Formats: sequence, structure tokens, C-alpha cells
Amino acid sequence: MAINTETQKLPEIKPLKSRFRNALSKYRVTITKSCNNCGLCVTLCPYGVYKAGSKKPRVIAEHLCLGFPCKEKEFYCVNRCPEKAIQLTLNPAFEILGDKRWSADLLASAWHMAETGEIPYQGLNYKTGNSGGGFDKLRFIFPKEKGPDLPDEEVSTAIELNRSGDSRPSVTIQVPFYFGGMSFGSVSIVTMLSRVKAAAALQTFCCTGEGGYPEELIPYDDHIITQIATGLFGVREETIKRVRIVEFKYAQGAKPGLGGHLLGDKVTARVASMREAVAGTALFSPFPFHSVYSVEDHKKHVDWIKETNYRALVSVKVSTPSDVDMVAVGSYYAGAHIVQLDGSYGGTGAAPDIAKKNIAMPLEYAVPKVHKFLSEEGIRDKVTIIASGGIRSAYDMAKAIALGADGVCLGTADLVALECIRCHHCESGRGCARGIATTDEELTKLMELEWATQRIINMYLVWRRQLIAILKRLGMKSVTELVGRFDVIGHLDYIKQEDLEGELEL
Amino acid sequence: MPPKYHINTSRAANRFQLITKSGVMAWEEGCLKCARCVKKDCVYKVYEKRGLDTRQMLESLDSVCMDCFRCVQGCPNKLIQKGLNPAYKELGDHYWTPEIISGLWYQAEAGRIPVSGGGYGGAFSGPGFDAMWTDMSEIVRPTRDGIHGREYISTTVDIGRKVMALEFDQAGALSIDPPPVVEIPQPILFDLLPWSPPRKGINLAMLEGARSLGTFAIVRQSEFGPAMEEYLPNIALYVDGKLSDISPEILRKLRLIEIPYGKDAIAAQKKLKEEHPGLVTIIRMELAPDSSSNVFRLITEGAGAIHLVADEYGLEKSDKPLFIKERMREIHLHLVDKGVRDQITLIAGGGIAMAEHVAKLIICGADMLSVDIPLLVAMECRVCRRCKDGISCPVELETIDHLWGASRIRNLMAGWHNQLLEILGAMGIREVRRLRGEMGRAMFFEKLEKDIFSTLGKRG
Repeated sequence: MAINTETQKLPEIKPLKSRFRNALSKYRVTITKSCNNCGLCVTLCPYGVYKAGSKKPRVIAEHLCLGFPCKEKEFYCVNRCPEKAIQLTLNPAFEILGDKRWSADLLASAWHMAETGEIPYQGLNYKTGNSGGGFDKLRFIFPKEKGPDLPDEEVSTAIELNRSGDSRPSVTIQVPFYFGGMSFGSVSIVTMLSRVKAAAALQTFCCTGEGGYPEELIPYDDHIITQIATGLFGVREETIKRVRIVEFKYAQGAKPGLGGHLLGDKVTARVASMREAVAGTALFSPFPFHSVYSVEDHKKHVDWIKETNYRALVSVKVSTPSDVDMVAVGSYYAGAHIVQLDGSYGGTGAAPDIAKKNIAMPLEYAVPKVHKFLSEEGIRDKVTIIASGGIRSAYDMAKAIALGADGVCLGTADLVALECIRCHHCESGRGCARGIATTDEELTKLMELEWATQRIINMYLVWRRQLIAILKRLGMKSVTELVGRFDVIGHLDYIKQEDLEGELEL
Repeated sequence: MPPKYHINTSRAANRFQLITKSGVMAWEEGCLKCARCVKKDCVYKVYEKRGLDTRQMLESLDSVCMDCFRCVQGCPNKLIQKGLNPAYKELGDHYWTPEIISGLWYQAEAGRIPVSGGGYGGAFSGPGFDAMWTDMSEIVRPTRDGIHGREYISTTVDIGRKVMALEFDQAGALSIDPPPVVEIPQPILFDLLPWSPPRKGINLAMLEGARSLGTFAIVRQSEFGPAMEEYLPNIALYVDGKLSDISPEILRKLRLIEIPYGKDAIAAQKKLKEEHPGLVTIIRMELAPDSSSNVFRLITEGAGAIHLVADEYGLEKSDKPLFIKERMREIHLHLVDKGVRDQITLIAGGGIAMAEHVAKLIICGADMLSVDIPLLVAMECRVCRRCKDGISCPVELETIDHLWGASRIRNLMAGWHNQLLEILGAMGIREVRRLRGEMGRAMFFEKLEKDIFSTLGKRG
């Protein structure tokens, strides 16, 4: 199958600061009263932590400070300050920031990439979180001998989404990821549009989620996946006809086997009209599709879309039950081009905690299970597997691909680029206090569209660069070579550095 | 929804200020009095609502803060910070974690299940109950009847010996006398507490809670007093003294009685059955490595219900103890193997701390569970265990009003019930009796890890 590797020009990185006055940082820098305002620290610091002030310099960017490792440098301000007026400490807030999956380091790394378009240098672990399993215990095994140093432009990150060999058009995305569904209602129109615009710029897709197709999205039709979920909110014939990919959401990893739930507070007049519902009432999306009792019924669903839009690819989003391999085969049989496996640690606007933690299996098990099974059935080449539900970094993405996915679908990471802090209160009252997952008019204004779009672009361009670096170290020229390469990835509990021919990345 | 399946809840306020994960640290010195934090940044109006709890001399700031960091990031002089609350970190222990305890408090206060946005933020897996996941089904199963179908899922279980087949005489009349069973609407009994401050009020709260939920609280014979008599239909009396000391009037009003495992247990059960045919006897035994053979022997000798009790960490009695979930799997499978599993009711308890443990232990082979510490936590217990050493309780549990305590317990159990429905609904299982032993509808960490991850990193 020919893959369209001709890279159209990807967007450029444009540094963009935090929306908030004080960016959250790992270190705290304070200047005490003994400062004589000599200005040495301002000229010394290559990271722009200080700005000259009238009485003493101002600390304007603690989050860019190199921190304790700076001690080794000749420009270390704490030592060089003639009055010993500078104090460098760990920020106590860093201890409560984030959680085991999204550690404070991962959050701060994402913010750094979205702000600067660079890999963080402040000693932040931007590769793994602290969950103690799955991706956080998987490591790449790189060959010891270095291959030829290819220029980045010669490594392809493009993937083809239509592998079925049918008569429908080829759809190539230039990066091996697209953005998952977040409905209008669960997030603000600014958030939604920024994700769509970033997807268009990165030459990939963004899914609408189940909440209608706001008309602001129409200019980006070619980069939109419209979702049909069990509530059928906002599903219309013209929206299905408009797009290149239509997605059926059977289940969602965060709440497998349960329906969607938009709390009444977030159902504003506009959200309600989009969903043909009444403002202020909680909206349930029932589980499951009550028209589907079998794989044959599922096939009718897929056929219905194919009839309505003769050029669309069909994606099927499923959760990860114990028989996830059979579910994948069933979806393929029904004619799906893309099977999206949404692992159990994925994101949501609101879900019972018991479901998020306990129901269905994590992505790290589901992807290799499905990949192996489809390979044995001889149909792996005919379907695109997209992994989602807990991909936090470029490393998670690369690991998911090595475990057998063709590409990944992202959601929470986008929001973190927009300075989501993972407080887990997206569902309550006026919604997100940081203006991301809200429909409140005033809170929506906290974020500008251009800023948000560029932040997402910045972060994912860094991810792409990291992916290319991984591929190059593995001696690969295309991300498609990485798919299902169980031999280049190991689990820390089962593999030891001394037994390996290659180099285990720690 | 049929009233049978619904538990009414109502908010039951905390008596003491919550211990929250993090605290706000605001320095007054250098404050510009710009009021930005108050007026502009705080969406939750935390600063406006700020007050002093005079009873404990505590600021209200921390208990209402929602951790959005807007004030921290907005303060022009960087005078506001957030930090980890050391008192939170010290709650409970490695098993009864601060997260579990604060989750129980929330449910007991609000009568609602914990719902949040964003994905799961915890560990990938963990020991014990955290090493398994439950199944789901992508398409329609019989339970899935619109969004309200879940409320018709039955959580009822029966306690007592089951006959495997009915027998009839020539005239078509029943020729056997089926043993009595006690039906409870939720697979949970309230167990003896491993420790607590003086529990006069606590016992009454548990009994009132049990009555309002239609279940039973196990009460020691030695603690039984006249004040509890009105609750007899909801008491499972634990015989910690002499059986002969219990008056026949009390035995007549009881429906459940629990006797300790020992060489006289079967004889005692027989005697009780002769004198009070309607009474169901439960044999209480410590969970141990030899439990499966002991349980099997008791079944052949006529036992109808066995209560297997692990310690408060879910561990059996042994030098190398197995966790309750593992031991219950072994016992269940042993009884299935012997062809006797359906004759007996197995109640398992010890270390049951969260709603998910109920579903998971039933999957691993228990018919129902007994809970203890969570009932205390519902009444604001901090699992500091100081009462064990005779030190006064920081939340004055000995002074509670039993009706308040009962409503907190009811709220918590309603939350657990609702969460059990979430699990059953996702699996497409219509009644909890069919969940028992369904290990094929669960995924176990050890097996998945080995199947998937041990094969990685190999060449060729």
C-alpha cells in the first residue's frame, strides 16, 4: 500500500507564555531584602528568569529556571549574587500538583513544550509518570551501534487511515495521531475550535464528540471526525455528509459500559439547541446503542453511514473488555476502516470514580492483545488500530505503536497544553475554573483562540520531534516500521539491562 | 423505580471540619490588598465564604478550596501558595489510605457516589483488590433497558442452606422441608468492629442503619442490652458466651444467629434448629489456609452459612497469609469442584474498604460481604486507632447521635449500592447472585502482565 509521504509544510513553533501571571514551576526563586539591585542576575541568567526592576529585579519566569543542576554552571545566580540575596528552593505546591498518572513533572513538561516548543531542560521527567505500571514501566531497547544520522525530514511520521483496500479515498495524516472527541458542552467553543484548528494545521483530524457540529467548525470540515454516539445528540444527515471520517462511539474507556452524562449546569441555551434539548437539564447519553444486539446489527450501522456518505471512512471506538480481540474482529467484519481502542485510564468530562479505576483493561494490555489476534487472523494489514486512553507523552505514543497500534488518539494532553491542571472538577457547577472545560460565558473568555491553537501546535510539534528521534535511534525511516515491534520494547519487571544486546533507556 | 431497590439518602453534615489533601498558605506580609484573589480569580468564592470554625479554631479556606490554583497563579506578589496537608498524609495507614478514607467521608456526608472529571489519576495497579479489573460489554445485554434499566438490577441475596432440588410425594405435595433462608436487599452485613471507642451510640447507629436498609448488624451477645431489643429483627446475634444464656424470647425474635467455629458448632446449629426452626445459623471462622477443606467438611455436616473473616487488612491467619480475594477464589473453586458450592452461603469480610471491593470479592466467590471499619469512617472516624490504646477519639465517636450516625451509614451504603449497580450494569449482569464466582468476567493483573509483558523485548 502506498503511503502519501509527501509532507506538506507543517506549522511553525511560536513561543507563547502562560495565560496566568505566575506560571507553576518546580523551583521557587526569591530575592531577599538584602538585594542592592546591581542587576547581575538579570544579565547572568540565560533562561530569562529575571527582569530588571526599579527597586530590585523581578522574578518573572521561575518555571524556566534550571534549578539545582544550575549549581554547576558559571552563571549560577545564587552563588554569583554579591549580596547573597537569592534563594532557590523547591516549590511546595509541586508536591500536590498532578497525580500518579499525570505527575507534576509531566504536567510541567507539557506546559513547557506548549510554551516554548522545546524539550524541557529543568530536570523534569517528560517521558513517564508515577503510576508504577504499564507505560511507566515500559522502556525502549535501542541498538548499541548508531545507525546513519538521517536528517529529520527523511523520517516519515505519516500514516494511512484507509488500509481496507476498498474503493473509498485514501486518507493520510502527517502525524500518527488525531484528537479525540470532546463535545461542545463538555468543553468551551474556544477549546473545541482550537483543537480543530490545530488538527488542521498539523494535517490530521479532530473529533467532535457527541454534542453536535457547531457552524464555526465548517471551514475545517476536511479535518473533522464527526461522532455518532448512543444519545445521537446533534447527529444530522448533513453533518455526516460533510466529513471524511465518521466515528461510532460504542463505549468510552473512562466509563466503559456506562453512558455519557452532561450535568445540567453546563447545558446552556446554545448547548441545548445544538443537542435539541432543554437548557439546564442534565443530558444522559444512554448505554449502549439499543439498535445493536449483535455484530450483524453493528454492520447495519456501518452500512448506514457508508450509504449516507459514500466517501467517508468509518471508525469504531470501543472500550477494552476481556474479549477486546473479538470486538476488534467484529468491527473489522462489519466494515470499519479504523478501530479505536479506548483504554480504561482515559479521560472524560464526568464519570463515576469506580468506573474510571476498575472497569475494563488498561490500554497497554489491549493493544498487543488485539494486534496479535488480528495478525494471526491475517487481517491486521486491512484495518487501522488507533490507541487512546492514557497517552500522556511522545514516549507513551511511541510505546503504544510498538505494542501494535498504527497511531494514537489524544485528548487530555491537548487540555494540559492549554494549562489544564487536572483538578478533576470539569463536571461541577460552572465547570472548569481555568476556562477550558466550561460553557460559562465569563470563564470561556479566559482563553483566546489563537493562543490556544498555537499552544497545542507547539506541544505536538515537540512530540513529533521526539518520535523522530526515537525512530532514528531504532534505525527506522517511518513510523509504520515501529508498529507491533515487541522486540524493541521491554518491561522493567521482566527484562534486565545485562541480558540485553541493546541499550535500555532508563 | 420499585421502592425495594431504592435507598433514600439525605445530606448528613460533618460534625468536624474535613481533613483535606492540601492547604492554602497565604502570607499577609506584602499583601497589596488588591483583592484580586477574592474578587476576580476564585470561581468557587472560597475567599468570600471564608470563616472560622470556632469549635475547632480552624479556617474554612482549605475545606472548600477546589485546587484550581487560580489565586496561586494570579497573586501579583506571589503570596498565595498551596501545600500538602500533613494531617491528610497521616490519615489511616498503607491499606486504609487517605484517599479511601476521604472518599468514604464524602459518600457518608453527601449520599452520592464520587463522580469526577478527567481520567483516573491513580496507580496502574496495586496489591490485593487493585490487581483486578471488571469486565464490560459493548453491546446490548438483558439489563440494558434505557438509562433507568440499571435500577431494576437486583442486588438481593439469601442467607442459609439451599436445597438443590425439590422433592414431591405421590400426591404432588412437597415431601421435604426446605430450610429457612433470610433474604437481604444488598449483599452486605455489618460486622463486629475490630476496635472503637465505647460503642453504645455506635451500636445503635449501626442497628438503626441496618434496619433502614433491611440488612443485619452482628452484635455480640455480651454487648446486647434492652435498648437493642426493638432491633432484634435486624440483629445477627454473635454468641460470645453461653448459648444457654440467651433467653428463648430473644431467640424467637431473632432471624440470624452467628456461632463461633469449633468442634461444637454443628451440634449447636442442630440444637438451635430443633428449638427454633425459622432461625438461620451462621458459623463464623477465621480465614486461614485450611479454610476450603474446613468449609467443605462443614457443608457435608449440614452447615448452611459460613462467615469467613480476615483481619482488617484482608489477610488470613497464617505466617504467610494470602489476601482474602485469593483465598476466596481458592475456596470457591474447591467447592465448585466438589459440587457443593450452591448449597452454602459464604459471607466474607475483613479489609473491605470500598464499593469496588464488594463487586470484586463477589466475583472471587463470596455470596456476600461483611463490613466493619467503613461504618465507623462513615461517622467521621479517621482510622487513627487511638481508641485501641484507650486514648480519646479525635472525633468524639462515643458522643454521636445514633440517628445522625445511621443516616451517615445509610448514605454510604446507598453509595456502595449504586456503585455495585454501575459495575453490574457495565457487565450486563442483571442480578448480583449471578455475579458470584464470575471470574471469567474479570481480568487479573498477574495473568495479563505475564501474558503480555513477559513476551516483550525478545528478538526473532
